[in-house]
Amino acid sequence: MDLVTQLDRESERSDIPDFRPGDTVRVHVKVVEGTRERIQMFEGVVIGRKQGGVRETFTVRRVSYGIGVERAFLVHSPRIARIEVVRRGLVRRAKLYYLRGLSGKRAKVKERRS
Amino acid sequence: MGKGILGTKLGMTQVFDESGRAVSVTVLEAGPCRVTQIRTVPRDGYEAVQVGFGRRRRVNQPEAGHLKAASAGPVKVLREVPMPDGVEVQVGQDLTVALFSPGERVDVTATSKGKGFQGGVKRHGFGRGPMTHGSKYHRGPGSLSSRTSGGGGRVHPGRKLPGRMGHRRVTVQSLVVERVDEPRNLLLVRGAVPGPRGGIVLIRSAVKAGGGRS
Repeated sequence: MDLVTQLDRESERSDIPDFRPGDTVRVHVKVVEGTRERIQMFEGVVIGRKQGGVRETFTVRRVSYGIGVERAFLVHSPRIARIEVVRRGLVRRAKLYYLRGLSGKRAKVKERRS
Repeated sequence: MGKGILGTKLGMTQVFDESGRAVSVTVLEAGPCRVTQIRTVPRDGYEAVQVGFGRRRRVNQPEAGHLKAASAGPVKVLREVPMPDGVEVQVGQDLTVALFSPGERVDVTATSKGKGFQGGVKRHGFGRGPMTHGSKYHRGPGSLSSRTSGGGGRVHPGRKLPGRMGHRRVTVQSLVVERVDEPRNLLLVRGAVPGPRGGIVLIRSAVKAGGGRS
């Protein structure tokens, strides 16, 4: 393994739960407000994960007051306190960009039961 | 007068700083550089340290003899770096990344990637003409000079034209040292560094004080 990859491995987190596109997650984000630090929550459907070792990101989509909000997080960022998997989803593709064009019941993701 | 070390560029990645922000860094493998000769003001007229870096299978006899005096093996590059101040340097000693500390600013010099023969638009940032609407002037260099007055019927020396681009010595100034990994001889520097992965780089302490973001 080359040194750069090795270096990347070291900053990767091991406490990240297994989650996939389609899953509903609650992301606990550390937010710094002036001198205080608090935890903010962002809950929604994971519409994609972009692989890349330490640079891996995932995008969470939620509809807030009728407005679609998407937020991308770095999986290995120390600013993420915790990721909770709320619900497992059953989907057939890796990137759920099609959800953007849907609303209401059609934008629902089927639940995956194992 | 600062200090310097030789290394190779390993590639770029991302690390998280203390506040949790992701920072783009270039990973450089620097040193250990064996000191092979010391330049002094009385003898050479300037101060510097000649160091060797990297390995290769063999060097020619004169060079081998020179290296033997510093008990160094056959090195890939032999280059002069600035004399570190405040540190006693002797022939046969090794310079390592421990010379640098996180937060410090450095200038990184390397040979940039060769781009081959490029037109004026890419090479010098010339504007281009319209690509459509009947235009037949797309990415040309434009007028080179004038027949009379200013131009004088000739093309002045130094006119920017298409030609070979890249593969020249480039220095990026005031990069912040993000991390120093002594056991592995690694130096993580914020931002990009010229040249391909595996290219030889020269890292020196920054010439400019460097304000702004730290």
